[in-house]
Amino acid sequence: MSHAAAGTEARPRRTPRASLGSPEGDDIFGTFDTRVARRFFSYLGPHKRAFVLAQVAAVCTAAAQIRIPLLIGRITHAVVQHDLAGFQGLLVQFALTAAALAISFYAAEWLSQRLAQRVIFDVRRAMFAHLQDVSLSFMDKTHVGRMMARLQGDVGALQEFLETTTGSVGDVVLLVGIAVVMLTTNLRLGLLALTVLPALIAIRAVWLPYSKTSFRQARDASSTANSALAENINGVRTVQETRREQLNFELYSKMTWANFRAQTHASWMTQIMVPTVDVLTGLATAIVIWVGGTAVLGGQLDVGVLVAFFLYVQRFFDPVRMLSMQYTIMQRAMAAAHRIFEVLDVPVTITEKPDAEPLTAFEPTVEFRDVTFGYDPARPILHDISFKVRPREVVALVGPTGSGKTSIISLTHRFYEVDKGQVLVGGHDVRDVTLDSLGRHIGMVLQEPFLFTGTIEANIRYNTEAATHDDVVAAAKAVSAHDFITRLPDGYATEVGQRGRNLSVGQRQLISFARALVADPQILILDEATANIDSFTEQAIQKALKVLFAGRTCMVIAHRLATIRDADRIVVLQQGRILEEGPHGALMRRKGLYHRLYTSAHASFDDEVVAKTGDAEFATRT
Amino acid sequence: MSDSPPDRRGAALSDAQTVDVSAMPKVLARIAGLAMRYPGRVALTVVTSLFAAAASLALPRLLGRAVDEARHLLASGGATNAEAARHALMITAGLVILATTLRGFLTAAAGYLGEYLSQRVAQNLRLQFFQQLQRLSFGFHDKVHSGDLITRGMLDLEGARVFIQNGMMQGLTMALLLGFCAYMMVSTEPLLAVIGLGFVPVAGFALGRMGFLLRVTWLRVQRLMSVLTLTMEENLQGIRVVRAFSGKRFELGKFDAASEEVLDLQASRITLRFRGVSAMQVSFYASLTILLWFGGAKVLNGQMTAGRLTEFVSYMMLLQAPIRQIAMIVNTAARATSAGGRLFEVLDLEPEVADAPDARPLAPTQGVLRFDRVGFSYAPGGKPILSDISFEVAPGKTLGIVGPPGSGKSTLANLIPRFYDATSGAITIDGVDIRQVTLASLRRYVGLVQQEAFLFDASVGHNVAYADPWAEDARIEDAARTAQIHEHIAHLPEGYETRVGERGVALSGGQRQRMSIARGVVPEPGIMVFDDSTAAIDAVTERKVRDGLAHATRAMATVIIAHRLSSLMHADEILVIDDGRVVERGSHASLVKQGGLYADLYALQTRSSLIEAAAEPQEVRA
Repeated sequence: MSHAAAGTEARPRRTPRASLGSPEGDDIFGTFDTRVARRFFSYLGPHKRAFVLAQVAAVCTAAAQIRIPLLIGRITHAVVQHDLAGFQGLLVQFALTAAALAISFYAAEWLSQRLAQRVIFDVRRAMFAHLQDVSLSFMDKTHVGRMMARLQGDVGALQEFLETTTGSVGDVVLLVGIAVVMLTTNLRLGLLALTVLPALIAIRAVWLPYSKTSFRQARDASSTANSALAENINGVRTVQETRREQLNFELYSKMTWANFRAQTHASWMTQIMVPTVDVLTGLATAIVIWVGGTAVLGGQLDVGVLVAFFLYVQRFFDPVRMLSMQYTIMQRAMAAAHRIFEVLDVPVTITEKPDAEPLTAFEPTVEFRDVTFGYDPARPILHDISFKVRPREVVALVGPTGSGKTSIISLTHRFYEVDKGQVLVGGHDVRDVTLDSLGRHIGMVLQEPFLFTGTIEANIRYNTEAATHDDVVAAAKAVSAHDFITRLPDGYATEVGQRGRNLSVGQRQLISFARALVADPQILILDEATANIDSFTEQAIQKALKVLFAGRTCMVIAHRLATIRDADRIVVLQQGRILEEGPHGALMRRKGLYHRLYTSAHASFDDEVVAKTGDAEFATRT
Repeated sequence: MSDSPPDRRGAALSDAQTVDVSAMPKVLARIAGLAMRYPGRVALTVVTSLFAAAASLALPRLLGRAVDEARHLLASGGATNAEAARHALMITAGLVILATTLRGFLTAAAGYLGEYLSQRVAQNLRLQFFQQLQRLSFGFHDKVHSGDLITRGMLDLEGARVFIQNGMMQGLTMALLLGFCAYMMVSTEPLLAVIGLGFVPVAGFALGRMGFLLRVTWLRVQRLMSVLTLTMEENLQGIRVVRAFSGKRFELGKFDAASEEVLDLQASRITLRFRGVSAMQVSFYASLTILLWFGGAKVLNGQMTAGRLTEFVSYMMLLQAPIRQIAMIVNTAARATSAGGRLFEVLDLEPEVADAPDARPLAPTQGVLRFDRVGFSYAPGGKPILSDISFEVAPGKTLGIVGPPGSGKSTLANLIPRFYDATSGAITIDGVDIRQVTLASLRRYVGLVQQEAFLFDASVGHNVAYADPWAEDARIEDAARTAQIHEHIAHLPEGYETRVGERGVALSGGQRQRMSIARGVVPEPGIMVFDDSTAAIDAVTERKVRDGLAHATRAMATVIIAHRLSSLMHADEILVIDDGRVVERGSHASLVKQGGLYADLYALQTRSSLIEAAAEPQEVRA
C-alpha cells in the first residue's frame, strides 16, 4: 500500500480525462411470455416421463409435509385421551409418512435436477450447433464475449429456473393443502389464522419491485468494479508504463465504495423482510393461542388440533417466500430465454439442397458466372463478375480495399449466397453439392492465422483426423516450420498458449500453412497476411507459399509483390468489377490500374530511399 | 511478443484445484483475522445473534405453556379458574408476539451486520489486491495469465467474503442456537433431550461430509466447464477457420465430449447432494418418531404434560433449519480455503523491482542514457537474454537497434524504465544508476511505446491522454498529429469522444500503433523508447510518423527498435543484436559497407522480390 503515495505530483485542478472499465448492461428481469415459456418447455419433450415423475414426487412430498403436523396433533390427542392403541397406530403411521416424505423428496429433487442438467445441455448444444450454421455476416457482427454470456449466463439462469420449477409445484400444493386442512379441521380458527396471509402477500408485492431494484443496483455496481479490475489487469503494463497507478487506484476505490454501499443496501432490503414475516407469524400464533386455547378450554376443540395449528402456522410462510423467490427466478429465466431464442431464431441462409450430392472426382476449376453479390442486396459489392480459374493455375486477386477480393473468396467457399449468377467449383454449382464435401476440397488460409488451444500437432491436424504424425511433420517441413517447432520446449507437443501468444505472427502463419497442406485440398484459397513480418520469417513464408501452390488450383488475395508476380494470372478488381486480367508482364505493358498500383506504392517509398541511399528499390510492401 | 521466449508463461502460482485440508486452519484464521479488524462490529453481531437465538428458543416453551394452560383448566373446571386461564393464555399470546418480533428484528440485524462486515472486509481486500497487481513487476505478469488474476480478484475474493458471512457468522448463529437449545432441553427432560438431539451428530456428520465432497466435486466440474467454455469461445473466435475446414462435426464432437463428461460429473454431484440431505431427513424423522414414542408414553403415564411434548417437538422443528446449514458452512469453509489461499498467495508476493530504501527522485542534468556492460536473464543462472550491452545516447541523439526475433531487443527496451532489473552491469542516467532513483520519477522520465498497443475500452481522447489525463486538449491533438492519427480521429463520428474497443470503433493494427505513439509523446519524457512500435503501420504513413517524431523528440534521447530498417536508418548509431549480444554497430552507411548481418538484412529488404532473395542468398552477400 505504501507505494500508492509514491506517484503523487502536483495536479492541475481540472478533472482528469480518465475512466476505468465498462460494464455490460443486459437487463436481467423479463416478463412472463407464454410463447417463450411454451417454446422453452418443448425442450422437456424428450424427458417427459422424468418430468411428470418429478412433479408427482413433488406433490407426494407436499402431501407428506401437510400430513406430519396433523399426525403430531393426533398423537397428542391420543396421549391426553389415554388411547394406547390409537397412539401406537398413529406412531406407525407417522413413521411411514416420514419415510414416504424422505423417499419422495429424494426422487423429486434428484429427478428435477438431473432433468435440468440434461435440458440445459440440450439448449446449449442447440445454440452452439445453430451458430455453426448461421451466416458469417451474423457472426461477423457478433461480439464473442456477449455470445458467451448467452451460452453461459443465460443458459445458467434457465437451469436455475428448471431446478426450482418442480419445487414451486410442491409449494403451491403445500400452500393450498395447509389452507384446506386448516379450514376443514376448524373453519373459524382456520379463517382467523389465515387472515395474516393476505397481509404478507400484499407486503411482499409492494416490497418486491424495491428489492429487485436494489438487487439490480448491487449487480451493476459489482460488475462495474469487476470490469475495472479486469481492464486494469489486462492493461497492467500500460498502466505501469504511464504511471497511472495512483489515479487508477483512486478511480477503482470510488467504484468499490459504491459497490459496498449497493451491496449493503441490497442486504438491508433482503433483511427487512425477516422481521415482517416474523411479526406476522407471531400474530398468527397469538391468534391460535388465544382463540384456539379458549376453544380448548371450553371443550369445543381438542388439544391435538391446537398443536397441529401451531406447527402449521410456524411453517406457513415458507411456501409463500419460496414462491415469490421463484417468481423472481422465473422473470430472470424469461429474460434469458428471450435472448437465447433470439440466437436460435437467427435464420440459416446457407442450406444444403435435399438432393445435394457430395463433390467427388472433379477437375479442380473455379468459375464465376455473372456473379452479383452484396452483404446488403441493395448495395452490391460485386457486379457481374465472370472469370475462370483453370486446373492448377495460380490466380492473384489484387485491388484497393473494398474492391471485393474477400467477397470473391468467401463466395467460392459458399460462406455467403450469390444474389445473381453462379459460382461453379469443378463445374458444379456450389449450391448443388454438400457443404461438407465443398469444405474438404477447398482449403483456405486466412489472413489472421487462428490457433486453437492444444498442441501444435493438433493444430496442424485440425479436422484431418486421418493424418499421421509423419504427415504432420512432413507438412511442417515442407513449409519450413519444422525447425522452429522442434526448437520449442516440447516440439510438436508444445501447447499453444492463449491464442498462440507464445508464437510470433510469422510462426503462426507457417503453422496455418502446414494445416492447409495436411488437409491437402485440390483448390486452395489464400488471403495473404498484411502484417509486417520480420525479414527472416518472411523468407520462410515466401518459400512455403511455393510449396503450397504446387499442383493446386489457387486463388490468392495478394499483398506482396513476390506473390503477385509469381502468379500465373492476375485479376485486378476495382469497386466490384474486374478491370484487368492477365500475367504481370502483360498488365504492366497495358499501363492501367495495375501498373499504377504497382508503381505508386513504390514511388512514394522509393523517393526517400533513393534520396538517402541512392538505392533503386526498397520494398517490404504491406 | 515475438521477442519473448516461449517458455516464460510457466506456472508461477499454484493451481488450487483441490481443497487442501491441512491449510484450512491457517487460511480460515487469516480470513477471520481480517474481520477482527472491526472488533466493535463483530461484537455487535455476536450479541445480536445471541439474543436472536434466545428469542427463538422462547417460542417452543411458550407454545408448550399455551397447550398446558388450555388443558390444565379443562380438567379442574370452575369459572374463576377459567377466567384465570384465559388471562394466562392472553399473556402467553402476548409473549409470543414479543418473542417473534424480537426474533425477527434481531435476526435481521445479525444478518445485516454479517453482510456489512463481510462486504467491508471484501472492500479492503479488493483495494489491496488492485494495488498489489499494480505494484508487481512485469516478471510476475509474464508468468501469470491475466484471466487467472481476474478470477482471483473476483471469484476467489468472493469466496473469502462469503466465508465471513455464511461460514463464520452463520456458524456462530448455529452454534449459539444449538447450544441454547441443548441446554433448554437437557435441563427440562434429559432423556427426551438425548433422543431429540440424537439426530444432530448423525445429520451433522453426513451434511458436513457432503458439503466438503460437494466442494471437491464442484472444483472438478469447474475445470471441465472451463474446457467446455474454451471450446465454445475458440469456436466463435475462430469461426472462419471452422467454416473453411468444414469443421462443424469436428467441433460438435469436441463439444459433446466435454459436455458428456460434465454431465456425468454433475450426476454424481447431484446424487452426492441428495444422499446427504436424505441422511439428514431420515435421522431427523427417526429422532422425532422416537421422541413422540417415548414422550407420548410419558404423557400417557402422567409423567409429563402434553405441553412439554409440544415444546420438544417445536425444539426439533426449530433445529432443523440450522442443522441443514452445516453443509453450507463446511462447503463455504472449503471454498474459502482454496480461494483465500490463492488470494493471499498474490497479496504476499514482493515485487521484484521496487524502490531502494534510500531511493531519490531522478534529477537529470543533461539526460544521457548509458548502458554499461548490461546483462540480463529471466531466472538467476538461466539462459542469458542479453550479455555485455554497452551504449550511450545523449539528448537529441537517436540509437537504433535491430536484430532477428528472439534476440533480446524488447527485453532491452524494458530494462530502461526498470520493468525488469538488469542482472549484471549498470544502466545510468547522467551517471546515476537507475536502481538508486525512485521508480515513479524514472518512469516519468522514460517513455516506452510497446509493439503491442494496448488500448483501453474508453474514448480515443482518454486513450491518448492516458499518461497525462490532465493534459490540455491542444497537447492531445498535437500528439495525435505527430503520430499521424489526428485526421482519422477527427473523422470519427464523435471525434476524440469516440469510444474504442469492443463496444466502440474498431481500429486497424496500424491505427492502434499510431494511437499508442501519440499516447507515448503526450507526457514529453526525457528519454523515448520505441519498441517495434511502427511495424503494423504502412510504409507511406510510417515515414510521415517518423518525420513528426523527429520534430517532437528533437530534444529527447531516443531509442528505436525495429525490424524495418527504414525506421532506423537515420539513427546516429545502430546496434545489431543477435542472441543477446551486439554483433555489429555503427551508422547505416558504415554497416552497409561492413557487409555483415545488417547488410544482409538491408539487401533482403531492398530486393523487390523476396522469393528471388531467398533463392539466391550468396548473390545478395556478394
